[in-house]
Amino acid sequence: MLEKTEDIEIRLLLDALYLRYHYDFRHYAPASLKRCLNQAREQLSFTTFSALQEQLLHDASLLPRLLGYLTVQVSEMFRDPTYFRAIREKVVPHLRTYPSLKVWIAGCADGEELYSLVILFREEGLEERTLFYATDINQEALARAEEGIYALDRIRLFTKNHQDSGGKSSLSDYYSADYARACFDRSLRQHVVFSDHSLVTDAVFAEMHLISCRNVMIYFDRALQDQAIGLFKDSLARKGFLGIGAKESLRFSNHSASFQDFVREERIYQKRAE
Amino acid sequence: MTAIPTMSANSAEAVVIGASAGALEALSVILPALPAEYRLPVIIVVHIPPDKRSVLVELFQAKCAVKVEEAEDKIAIRDGTAYFAPPDYHLLIERDKSLSLSSDEPVLFSRPSIDVLFESAADAYGPALIGVLLTGASQDGAHGMKAIVESGGMAIVQDPHSAFAPAMPEAAIAACPGALVLSLQDIATYLGSVQRQ
Repeated sequence: MLEKTEDIEIRLLLDALYLRYHYDFRHYAPASLKRCLNQAREQLSFTTFSALQEQLLHDASLLPRLLGYLTVQVSEMFRDPTYFRAIREKVVPHLRTYPSLKVWIAGCADGEELYSLVILFREEGLEERTLFYATDINQEALARAEEGIYALDRIRLFTKNHQDSGGKSSLSDYYSADYARACFDRSLRQHVVFSDHSLVTDAVFAEMHLISCRNVMIYFDRALQDQAIGLFKDSLARKGFLGIGAKESLRFSNHSASFQDFVREERIYQKRAE
Repeated sequence: MTAIPTMSANSAEAVVIGASAGALEALSVILPALPAEYRLPVIIVVHIPPDKRSVLVELFQAKCAVKVEEAEDKIAIRDGTAYFAPPDYHLLIERDKSLSLSSDEPVLFSRPSIDVLFESAADAYGPALIGVLLTGASQDGAHGMKAIVESGGMAIVQDPHSAFAPAMPEAAIAACPGALVLSLQDIATYLGSVQRQ
């Protein structure tokens, strides 16, 4: 059967994006990707993906705008409070036994998950011995994560989530607010390294004790999910922890034998010793 | 009963259903009417609050002859099974007839969104799709129904007069004037009969 023109155009556009800029979306889950691409095409005012591709190849300034549609995930601080409670109550006691810690927030987007973990580690007295790596493929998102500024109308939800997660302090201790924005304290970034890193095309860069990567792999197809899980496996210290999204699973992965359930209902896994 | 649907029922490969306010009562008429050996998968988005654990699956498991499951990311769609979108995730259908979840932003304030499911389903199944839009107070589903019709699929809308909340079916009928407008009972009868024709 002949392919639809639009499907051919999308495939060519993804090839162009990879060959010209080394951003690889070719193994993203197609249905959601297509939806984002359609939004980008409409809002950037291109009638066809071919036209979008032509400009993308000749004008690098289009790249960040396109990436904005393909990668930015809006999250919440302490999204799924029970996940953070499990980190606090079940994972932290193990982490305490290490003199120094490395934590990787993979696909950190605008930084909500990062700040949640930094605040949790501060409350538990672990921040001083920890180095946090916050990575994303979207430079603009990384810059926003580094700024740590969120719309004030989101803070009520963040505060409730923080309390529900077993927070030991008040979230308002960590930000200053003006009429529209909450600016999170720069001290929260003292132990954070922000870095451009792709789960698709980049490699292991440090040995981690905890990796948190939530609602990133659901955008990948099965093959790419498996590749990312392999990367996490290779990046974890023995008996290190991996936390993923509430609707994600290692069940179908070729690497599943390398992990054991640690807090099953919260999708927190521990890498096996061997 | 209203006019016989134009699409040959034998060509249908899947049913998608969207519902909002009043969904529970409406689905309670439709889903239990499907026989145990039902030939098609039924993929459902109901608007539910993001912070609630959904009880839809347990509730309908107890009432239905077909299998009822919460949709899981990247699983292959099986015939004779009803899948509910989990709270706070969009549910999409891939061309290879598997399910995908996403945490993209809410659409028309909803996650899961009926439009997101219907548009991806129209793309995956083309003319072999039956879209059913039920009671609701939003505009969600109208775009999705249009996509289903444009791909050659069949659009069935609950009669707004009998709907708990008429806004959603009305919006879909406005977007798809050719949609089949049926009572809940007729929708149930029609869907239940698809495999026998």
